[in-house]
Amino acid sequence: MKKFLIAGALILLPFTAGAAGGHGPALEPANIDLKDKASLQRGAKYFTHYCMGCHSLQYMRYNRMAADLGIPEDELQENLIFGDAKPGDLMTNALREEDGEQWFGTAIPDLSLVTRWREPDWVYSYLKSYYVDDSRPYGVNNSIFPDVGMPHALINLQGIQKPIYAGGHGHETGPQHVVGLELVEPGELTVEEYDNMVRDITNFLTYVGEPYQLERRSLGLYVLLFLGLMFILAYYLKKEFWKDVH
Amino acid sequence: MSSDTTASAAAPAPGGLVGWLDKRFPVMSVWNDHLAQYYAPKNMGFWSFFGSLALVVLVLQIVTGLWLAMSYKPSAAEAFASVEYIMRDVNWGWLIRYMHSTGASFFFILVYLHMFRGLMWGSYKNPRELLWIIGVIIYLAMMATAFFGYLLPWGQMSYWGAQVIVNLFAAVPGVGEGLSTWVRGDYVISDTTLNRFFAFHFLLPFVIAALVFLHIVALHTVGSTNPDGIEIKKGPKGNKWSATAPADGIPFHPYYTVKDVMGLVVFAAIFSLVMFYAPEMGGLFLEAPNFQPADPLKTPEHIAPVWYFTPYYAMLRAVPPIAGSQFPGVVVMFGAILIMFLLPWLDRSPVRSMRYKGNLSRFFLASFVVSFVVLAYLGLQPASDLYTLLSQIFTVVYFAFFLLMPIYTKLEKTKPVPERVTA
Repeated sequence: MKKFLIAGALILLPFTAGAAGGHGPALEPANIDLKDKASLQRGAKYFTHYCMGCHSLQYMRYNRMAADLGIPEDELQENLIFGDAKPGDLMTNALREEDGEQWFGTAIPDLSLVTRWREPDWVYSYLKSYYVDDSRPYGVNNSIFPDVGMPHALINLQGIQKPIYAGGHGHETGPQHVVGLELVEPGELTVEEYDNMVRDITNFLTYVGEPYQLERRSLGLYVLLFLGLMFILAYYLKKEFWKDVH
Repeated sequence: MSSDTTASAAAPAPGGLVGWLDKRFPVMSVWNDHLAQYYAPKNMGFWSFFGSLALVVLVLQIVTGLWLAMSYKPSAAEAFASVEYIMRDVNWGWLIRYMHSTGASFFFILVYLHMFRGLMWGSYKNPRELLWIIGVIIYLAMMATAFFGYLLPWGQMSYWGAQVIVNLFAAVPGVGEGLSTWVRGDYVISDTTLNRFFAFHFLLPFVIAALVFLHIVALHTVGSTNPDGIEIKKGPKGNKWSATAPADGIPFHPYYTVKDVMGLVVFAAIFSLVMFYAPEMGGLFLEAPNFQPADPLKTPEHIAPVWYFTPYYAMLRAVPPIAGSQFPGVVVMFGAILIMFLLPWLDRSPVRSMRYKGNLSRFFLASFVVSFVVLAYLGLQPASDLYTLLSQIFTVVYFAFFLLMPIYTKLEKTKPVPERVTA
C-alpha cells in the first residue's frame, strides 16, 4: 500500500506539472554566452545606442561594466556614455516615470534585472516578435507580449513582420491567434544579422542582471575542491576516532 | 547532575587560566556535562546529523543577516535598490546575500529532516515531550522569522505574499479587519509594515537562539534517543570512559563532534552547489517575480509563498469558504501546525521507534510524508479544480496521521524491543 501510494504520487507529479505550465507562445533559445566578451561589448553598444534613451540600467555602474567587459575608459567615455555622466555613475537616463505613462500608458521599466524576472530566452524572443497591427497606437504588436505599450525601436533594422493567424483568414469570430510571423519588408539587416544583434543585447542584459555570475561560478569550483579535501580529512579523522567504538 | 565540586572530585582541579575561570564559572562542568561526559547512544547514525547542522545554519543566518543589515535600508523607497546595491557594490555582498537566501531554505530542509527523524525514532514520547514541544515552538519562531524576512527585499512576491498572509488575519470573525490593520500598521502593506517586519526579523533569530539553548538543555537532561528508541540510561552501566555511564553510550566529544564535522563538510558541499550554481533553485529559493520592485498597483498573475510554507498554503486553499468567510481555511492551516504539540499524547504505542512499531504506523508515517510533499507542490501551483480536489484529499491524509494515531498505534502489533542498542 505504501509503495502504491508513493508510486501514485510519482505518477501524478509530472502530469500536474504539465497541466500547470504551457501557456503563452514557445520561446526561442537565445544561446547566449557570458564568456563571449565581443558579444557583450556589442550588446553594450547596441543597448546604449538603441535602448537607453528610454530604458535605464539603474543598478549598473558604467565603470563596473567597462571593467568586466574589457572596455578601455576612453572608449567608454567616447562611445557608450552620452550626456554628462561620469564613469562611476549608475546607468540611468533622464526620463521620468510620468513620461512613460503619458507616452506608452505605463512606466518604462528599468532593465537591470529583466533577465531575472523574465528569462534570457524571453528577451531574445520578444525582440524578434514584433508585427504590424493597425489597431495598436504605434501600429505594432508583439506575439510574445501581446498589446505591449512599447513601439518597435529596431524596426528599421529588422524590417516589417506580418502575423500568420491560426484557422485561415477572413472571418473574425473570436480572438485571433498568432501562430507565426513572416518578414514582408526587409530592414537594413539580414535576418541572421538581426538575430545576432538581438542575441548580443540579450547576452549583455543577462550580464547586467548578475554581473558577478562568472565570478560566482569560478569561486564555487574552488570552494568545492577545498571541501573535497576537507572531506577526506574529516572522514579519516572520524574513522580513526570511531575505531574503538564497538 | 554534577556541580563543579563533583567535577573537581573526579579529576584534579585544573590550574592556569581554566582553573581561574573554573573557580568563578562552571567551565569544566559545562564542558563535561554537555560535551566530554555527555553520553550519547553509539548507534545514532545518519539521521542524527540534522540537528547540529540546523544549529550551524542558524549561526550562519545570524552572521550573514548582521552583515546584510549593515547595508540594507528598511524603507519602501530604498529597500529594493539597497539589495541590488549589496549584490553589486558591496564587497562580497552577492556572496553574503546568497548565503542568507540559500541558508533560509536549507534551514527549513534541515529542520524538516530533523523533525522526520523525531517521528521515526519516536523522539517525542515520554520523557521527551517537553523537548519536542520546545522544538515545535522553534519551528513556529522560524516560520515567523522567515515570513518577516521575506518582505524585506521588497520585490513583487515579497509584497503580494505578505499581503495575502496578513489578509488571513482579516478572516478572523469580528475583530479580523482591525487585527490585520494592527499587524500591518496601515491599511495596506507599506513603509510602516516594512519597518516593523525588519525589526521583528532582526529580533526573532535571537529568540530562536534562546529556544535552541532550552532545547539542548532539555535534550541533555533526558538524553538523546536512537534508531532503536531504547533508553541507554536504563541499560547496563559502565563503559571504557566511566564506570557509571551507560554501557551503550559514548562521549559526545570527541565521537559525535568529529562525526558531525564530517557531516558538516558534506552539507557545506551540497549548500555550495546550490549557492554557487543555482542560487535561485529554479525559482524555488528566489522567486522570479521578486526581481521586480514591489508595485502596489500591479498584482502578479500568480502569488505563491516560498516553498517551505506551501503545504500550509495548499491546505488553506483546500478548505472552501463557509458563509463567504475564509476563516475555516485559516483554522485548518494553523491547526496543521498546532496539532504537532499534541503528538506526544496521540501516540499510544508501547514502543518508540518505527523499527518496532507495526505496519499501520509505517503506512501512516509514509502517507504523511507524501501528503506533505504533494501539498508543498500543490501550494506552488495556480488553483484549479483538480488541484483543489487533490489538496483536499491530502489535507485529510495529513490530519489522519495525527488524529487516527491513538487508534492505529493501539491496534497494531509491535515487535519485541531488544535489551541493547543494535547497529
